[in-house]
Amino acid sequence: MKKQKIVVVGNGMVGHKFIDTLLASSNADQYQIVTIAEEPRLAYDRVQLSAYFSGSTAEDLMLTSETYYQEKGVSYKLNEKVVELKPEENCVVTASGHKETYDQLVLATGSYPFVPPVPGREQPHCLVYRTIEDLEAITASAKQSKVGVVVGGGLLGLEAANALKNLGLETHVVEFAPRLMAVQLDEGGGQVLRSKIEKLGVKVHTEKNTQEIVAGEKCRYRMIFADGNYLETDMILFSAGIRPRDELARKFGLGVGERGGIVINNYCQTTVPNIYAIGECALWSNRIFGLVAPGYQMARVAVSHITGGTEQFLGADMSTKLKLLGVEVASIGDAQARTPGALSYVYQDGINEIYKRLVLSPDGKKLIGAVLVGDSSAYGNLLQICLNHMEVPESPEQLIVPASDGQAATGLGVDALPETATICSCHDVSKGAICCAVRDGATTIGAIKSSTKAGTGCGGCVALATQVMNSELTKLGVDICTDVCEHFSYTRQELYHLVRVGNIRTFEELIEKHGRGLGCDICKPLVASILASCWNELIMKNELAHLQDTNDYFMANMQKSGTYSIVPRVAGGEITPDKLIALGMVGKKYRLYTKITGGQRIDLFGAQLEDLPAIWQELIDAGFETGHAYGKAVRTVKSCVGSTWCRYGVLDSVGMAIAIEERYKGLRAPHKLKFAVSGCTRECAEAQSKDVGVIATENGWSLYVCGNGGMKPRHADLFATGLDDQTLLKYIDRFLMFYVRTADRLQRTSVWMDNLEGGLKYLKSVIIDDKLGVGAELEKEMQMVIDAYQCEWKSTISDPEKLKRFRTFVNSNKRDNTVVFVEEREQIRPANEEEIVRFVEANELETA
Amino acid sequence: MDICDSSDVLPNLGVRALVNDEQIAIYRVQGQLYAIGSIDPFSGAAVLSRGIVGDVKGQLVVASPIYKQHFNLATGVCLEEPSVRVKSYPVREIAGRVQVLV
Ligand code: SRM
Ligand SMILES: Cc1cc2nc3c(=O)[nH]c(=O)nc-3n(C[C@H](O)[C@H](O)[C@H](O)COP(=O)(O)OP(=O)(O)OC[C@H]3O[C@@H](n4cnc5c(N)ncnc54)[C@H](O)[C@@H]3O)c2cc1C
Ligand code: SF4
Ligand code: FES
Repeated sequence: MKKQKIVVVGNGMVGHKFIDTLLASSNADQYQIVTIAEEPRLAYDRVQLSAYFSGSTAEDLMLTSETYYQEKGVSYKLNEKVVELKPEENCVVTASGHKETYDQLVLATGSYPFVPPVPGREQPHCLVYRTIEDLEAITASAKQSKVGVVVGGGLLGLEAANALKNLGLETHVVEFAPRLMAVQLDEGGGQVLRSKIEKLGVKVHTEKNTQEIVAGEKCRYRMIFADGNYLETDMILFSAGIRPRDELARKFGLGVGERGGIVINNYCQTTVPNIYAIGECALWSNRIFGLVAPGYQMARVAVSHITGGTEQFLGADMSTKLKLLGVEVASIGDAQARTPGALSYVYQDGINEIYKRLVLSPDGKKLIGAVLVGDSSAYGNLLQICLNHMEVPESPEQLIVPASDGQAATGLGVDALPETATICSCHDVSKGAICCAVRDGATTIGAIKSSTKAGTGCGGCVALATQVMNSELTKLGVDICTDVCEHFSYTRQELYHLVRVGNIRTFEELIEKHGRGLGCDICKPLVASILASCWNELIMKNELAHLQDTNDYFMANMQKSGTYSIVPRVAGGEITPDKLIALGMVGKKYRLYTKITGGQRIDLFGAQLEDLPAIWQELIDAGFETGHAYGKAVRTVKSCVGSTWCRYGVLDSVGMAIAIEERYKGLRAPHKLKFAVSGCTRECAEAQSKDVGVIATENGWSLYVCGNGGMKPRHADLFATGLDDQTLLKYIDRFLMFYVRTADRLQRTSVWMDNLEGGLKYLKSVIIDDKLGVGAELEKEMQMVIDAYQCEWKSTISDPEKLKRFRTFVNSNKRDNTVVFVEEREQIRPANEEEIVRFVEANELETA
Repeated sequence: MDICDSSDVLPNLGVRALVNDEQIAIYRVQGQLYAIGSIDPFSGAAVLSRGIVGDVKGQLVVASPIYKQHFNLATGVCLEEPSVRVKSYPVREIAGRVQVLV
């Protein structure tokens, strides 16, 4: 059979989508595809165009490649513009005179940026924002400019403004309408957006109608407005809307709309049945769709129609969610409440500049529109409620008012959505399709993405798709994937057993026997922690070093500027005056910020990498050891002063705290471990908020376990009472080792307990009654860890090879110039952004 | 630009180099050298040489130690936000020395 020849004019996002979809269809081999492209390259991701300014190359943006087209037998012509269309001869002609006949023709010519007919607009440095070549021109022009103006305060205009700002220009936005994003936002939303954007340093001028562009005095140009005011600028970017590229249709007799656009029916056919139009050039029901998702939908419909299917295009939702200049903005449905009788709820937070509006149907039951500025987290949920005509909850304001403490946000859960609800609008994936994929074995969001394509466009639907997936998994009775990551199909507990039982000592051995790939920042530190819990070898050993988080690798806690803090161990919070002096001396000598911590010790902040060894040398000389403040490890044992000094104290809490801290120091665990010992029931050491709490009573020690401060505080449970010193330590040994054995990655004891089947009762039976018969084993394992303890810092500074790691640069002795401090309350603190800029400028002056 | 001795770049452990004011992170993974900008665009701190390297979805990556975004070692593109990237530099090993083209 002779192949049908399909010619696609324009290889933009939608034209390419059409080709890709046709290639994927079951009878792809019946078609010969030819595409003619005016641009010098095949389709690229125009939606992500602005990424070009943050360093992406044309290569990164490509949606396809010439090799791919060649492999698939798609012929293509680049740099060729179609200039003639002869429907009666079924052929098109290009500017270079090349003639191409077709059986079916697809026009996917997109649109062009509209430039208002202002005199002076054709001068150099007056540009638009649509193609990679445009961006190259903008970059070149920006190099010779200080001030830039964007004409148009819509979606694209603001994106362009961001680009100019990032190119270092003083940036202005000039808008004809009284507010920004007039199409998508209402008055209130526009105002909040404006104020946020102005705070970012972009100047906004609304209700300005540009009349003329003339030579400027201070800048290259002067823009004169209808109201007599003017604005000077070196370059101008027009972003005042788009116009469909319908020239071919218009000139060669196809139906076009009054205000432009190639008329199509529900099958995307133009007025000539074997000519289709899709994407931004097409006019459906008198509407142009200037977003990529509707274009993709049209591409699918056209393919379906050509291959004998029945899909129809019935309009598309134009809701949008974006980040403009870092400000979250979303608009859904009838955002401006144009529907007669529509009701509104408005939530406004003047301090954080958040604006949210719900537009409800006149009966108050259905959501018909919404505006979100400053916080668009409710977008997915609201969009679903709107698109699926779901009834809003009884008090609809809950949908936009921030959840108060402890209360979960009251969305309608994903379970309330119908199967047909569109979850991913970029690729038109329904809830049903995701559930289906889950049933077919896709159990991770990665698998969902590759099998359904959901989430692979703008990415806005990933959270929602994940919820749908998890809900479906739960329904199927499948445990939600508990693999630690893509490299190991095991839980942490399983890996722990594999390490123990197989006597495995290195990551390489474990991944070779039980995993795949190279590992990542999830499984490497996890395995490092397990190896440390089991064998307690020095973490900076060469085989183990590359597994450690930077904190463990440099044995210090990294701060936001890349500097480190130093927290020596002060067991039980007891410290001699001499040691205090030593700490003071070190802090002074190395200019460190010094603070008493919430864990009864002293933190020295702001150390640079290359200074760490010298600082530690001095601390070790003064009798200090590392405090493991950087590790998922035993941290502190807080104590109260106890019976030694306190008139109420019944036992020596300080002594016991020091004994406990000395015993367990260096133990690495799934998460950090904190202890406290109080000398009586007044509980000055807050032991009931710790992983392990000990309180003295007349009858001996009471042991509490699984308390937590932090993000979600939990009171510790009373575990045993009337204990002597020895039994207390025995129980703690067993408790800690059992936790190390069975907890999940980064699970504090509190959460572990809350998830432990059988709870406190079960735990008591394992630890106190030794129901599993593992008591002795757990104690033995703990003893091994205790015996293997060495101060990591001491071992490190006595090894010159290891000290090399602390060089800032391998090839220079300079210090890191990105680290800048200023003084506050007589100590250093990291400079904020503004201060850094000032500092750099001052330095440049000095060296100039 | 000559940077350092081959033995200075250990497998899976990044080092940092300073070349005309640019901070460059150099890694050795599966025997191959990679070089990308060391300044983490999300925090502004020069920390990428101090991240954990590995592979994620078939790409060789380093994870920023500050907020944990992943960067492709070959291209510098951020996996979580592909519009963000750090520079990548050609790097080679000649006669026991590591050299980066800047
Ligand atoms: C220095 C200190 C604050 C202070 O100035 O007092 C501090 C500082 C940090 N805390 Fe803390 N915490 C400090 C006491 C606490 C306390 C109070 C206590 O221990 O009595 C708590 C609540 C008690 C608890 O943990 O249950 C506390 C709960 C947290 C949490 C939340 C843990 C949770 O389970 O919810 C984190 C986050 C985490 O670990 O994942 C955290 C994490 C951090 C980190 C490590 C954040 C980070 O990754 O950079 C901070 C390191 C700063 C630095 O650069 O060194 N810090 N942190 C305290 C050091 C104590 C010490 O001597 O080791
Ligand atoms: C900066 C920017 C940001 C955007 N952001 C978003 C966003 O966040 N979300 C969203 O949904 N949409 C966004 N869009 C819009 C989106 O890019 C378009 O909806 C989409 O590209 C339309 O695809 P298309 O194929 O119809 O047109 P195009 O991608 O423009 O492709 C048309 C192609 O046809 C070629 N052509 C035209 N005439 C001829 C001819 N006669 N002969 C040969 N070739 C011809 C053109 O050169 C062009 O390459 C953005 C657009 C821009 C410019
Ligand atoms: S807990 Fe009791 S012993 Fe300790 S300081 Fe407070 S009152 Fe004194
Ligand atoms: S909605 Fe854009 S990727 Fe799903």
